Amino acid sequence: MTTNLVDIRNLSVRFTGARTVHAINDLTLTLQQGETLALLGESGSGKSVTLKTLLRLLPPKRTQIDGAIEVNGTDVLTLSGRKLQAYRGEEVSMVFQEPGLALDPVYTVGDQIAEAVMRHKRISKVEAISTALDMLRRVRIPSPERRLKNYPHELSGGMLQRVMIALALACRPRLLLADEPTTALDATVQIQILLLLRDLQKEFGMGVIFVTHDIGVAVEVSERIAVMYAGQIVEEGTTREIIKDPRHPYTRGLLAANLHDAARGARLNAIPGAPPALETRPDACSFAPRCPLAEDRCRAALPPVHVPNARRRVACIHANAPLAVG
Amino acid sequence: MSVTEPQTPPLPTPLADSAPDKGGPAQPLLIVRDLQKYFPVRGGILGGKKAVVQAVDGVSFEVRKGETLGIVGESGCGKSTTARLLIGLLEKDSGEIIYDGQDLGGALSLRDLRRGVQMVFQDSYASLNPRLTIEDSIAFGARIQGLSDPVGRARKLMDRVGLAPDRFAQRYPHEVSGGQRQRINIARALAMSPRLVVLDEAVSALDKSVEAQVLNLLADLRREFGLTYIFISHDLNVVRYISDRILVMYLGEVVEIAPVDDIWSSQAHPYTKSLFSAMPSMDPDNRTKEPPLAGDPPNPINPPPGCRFHTRCRFVDSVCKTKVPALRPLTAGGQHMAACHLHDLGSGHKLAGKDVLS
Ligand SMILES: Nc1ncnc2c1ncn2[C@@H]1O[C@H](COP(=O)(O)OP(=O)(O)OP(=O)(O)O)[C@@H](O)[C@H]1O
Ligand SMILES: Nc1ncnc2c1ncn2[C@@H]1O[C@H](COP(=O)(O)OP(=O)(O)OP(=O)(O)O)[C@@H](O)[C@H]1O
Ligand code: SF4
Ligand code: SF4
Ligand SMILES: [Mg+2]
Ligand SMILES: [Mg+2]
Repeated sequence: MTTNLVDIRNLSVRFTGARTVHAINDLTLTLQQGETLALLGESGSGKSVTLKTLLRLLPPKRTQIDGAIEVNGTDVLTLSGRKLQAYRGEEVSMVFQEPGLALDPVYTVGDQIAEAVMRHKRISKVEAISTALDMLRRVRIPSPERRLKNYPHELSGGMLQRVMIALALACRPRLLLADEPTTALDATVQIQILLLLRDLQKEFGMGVIFVTHDIGVAVEVSERIAVMYAGQIVEEGTTREIIKDPRHPYTRGLLAANLHDAARGARLNAIPGAPPALETRPDACSFAPRCPLAEDRCRAALPPVHVPNARRRVACIHANAPLAVG
Repeated sequence: MSVTEPQTPPLPTPLADSAPDKGGPAQPLLIVRDLQKYFPVRGGILGGKKAVVQAVDGVSFEVRKGETLGIVGESGCGKSTTARLLIGLLEKDSGEIIYDGQDLGGALSLRDLRRGVQMVFQDSYASLNPRLTIEDSIAFGARIQGLSDPVGRARKLMDRVGLAPDRFAQRYPHEVSGGQRQRINIARALAMSPRLVVLDEAVSALDKSVEAQVLNLLADLRREFGLTYIFISHDLNVVRYISDRILVMYLGEVVEIAPVDDIWSSQAHPYTKSLFSAMPSMDPDNRTKEPPLAGDPPNPINPPPGCRFHTRCRFVDSVCKTKVPALRPLTAGGQHMAACHLHDLGSGHKLAGKDVLS
């Protein structure tokens, strides 16, 4: 039996304050060593919150977390102090959706990478700088020696993204959390970075959770895909299963909404309707108000989770029957 | 994605309270000539001598009224810098920016420019004030400019970008998701009744369904009010969908510019060609194995002489290493322009005119 690198059980995350937001609702997800999972889902569906919870980055005062998270056998939700510090960086690192969350504007990018390496690997400054240089080279930043001395505001959007990737990989984490790490990269650099991630993953058996909106990127980088909607995983399977045989109506809508064949100037079809308010915990199918196949029973209770094979699941009453192509 | 209704051509009826048209319909809304911006950089690992990043070097183009110009190019090639120069956020080293017939820095003051031109920034987090609620952020600019009913405007636009005002108006920027923040920035730019909107990676954090909603909104506003857009994006499918013309940059220069259908069916510059062929495969059984563009990444601090792409070009010939190719039409008077010796019969390139690209 393989043990899981990441084991998330019945996770719920609620933001309290002026308004309550039920951002994650009863989410269960596993990742094995050396595996790359792409997390797809609508804007606001809880992808970033899931990753931030894994790194324990949410403000404790305003967040209520329930459930269990284990990473490499460690109970993440009870970590504190030095152990938490070591966990972040040595065990797990993250490429953030916004560079502002990862990089400090008053230090050069070289110092920031070197400092992270020194803190976790206890090596000399000179060695740390040379690691930083090597990482910048690997993420294909031109003239890396000079770029080490740049401040974040002196770099382009795509360079910043690559610096964050370099920073996250510099300590060779066991688990990489990558939140839309290639949105600011052109197609030629993007594919190089995806190939680099695939190499590194093979080279040191790193597990990756990769958030993306781009199905093409998910196909290039992942073995598995999980689809989120309103803080829940509504469908999960291998990349091939999800792309070739999507079962949940939301997944189908998401795959259909691509621009490849849209005529210029024609109106685009978004999935009609808006995502739910998340002010209360869902007690029925969250997608029902927008689902073309919704029935009364979808609105009455949470849909059953259909499990066709060990690591494939679909949360929909119609999961069993091949759906009419919408 | 399916098609429901054809779009009628844009009518130039400006928003009631936007800046007035000065030059008439034939006057391009924006003319950029020989724009240049260099940044100084610190020395290399051993100190080294002073150097500059040639971020934008001799860029020229026009944007017609009601047109959408898409800008694509390699990461770091100068797209955001060009955008910042256009809205007067950075000072140009040299060159001209002519907005509706008026020269920026001459007849046109920065203040007047800002009245007509808005920008959606690439970093949605850094461009919002963390202490303002979302509603206040969107209403702020409209209020400063003395436009009517700023709060009503803000709430209406929130609704149109898919952020229910009742749920989101009172939240702060850190309390929303990345895609929600991007939409706040779009609403904020539109709330100021601009004539020209520069969108820098403005939909990159949106899933395909929400992205479709935002692109529909941009198309509606363009049709209703004759808005003009400059749309910078790495997503070629999005750029194709929204743009009338596409401009391709490489290492601070314009290497190709053409109507979208022309460039989609045949890319005239070898860089454009590799860029278009690098789009991810959609087939899990057939993933990309080799990057389509190899070679050393370009270096804007010390760009190669001659054609800046020559260090990575499959068709490089000796002339490419010494002579800078001019941006010129492929056919006399045509709209499709490229800067490559392959298209210049007199260049001395041994493959010139041989149609090796198709
Ligand atoms: N600190 C917070 N306080 C209140 N609500 C929050 C907070 N952070 C996130 N949310 C809400 O939680 C939900 C999930 O947010 P999350 O950032 O995980 O979305 P996402 O799936 O990453 O979306 P995107 O693709 O747009 O980045 C959103 O509706 C968001 O508005
Ligand atoms: N304030 C600055 N100081 C120094 N160098 C800068 C500054 N701003 C930009 N640069 C440099 O200018 C070049 C062009 O950057 P720019 O941000 O315009 O690229 P871009 O085309 O927008 O790239 P991306 O697609 O990655 O966002 C880069 O080499 C960048 O490092
Ligand atoms: S459970 Fe019902 S409403 Fe939900 S996705 Fe399935 S068919 Fe649609
Ligand atoms: S000018 Fe020469 S090097 Fe430059 S793109 Fe054309 S063929 Fe390639
Ligand atoms: Mg997010
Ligand atoms: Mg940029």
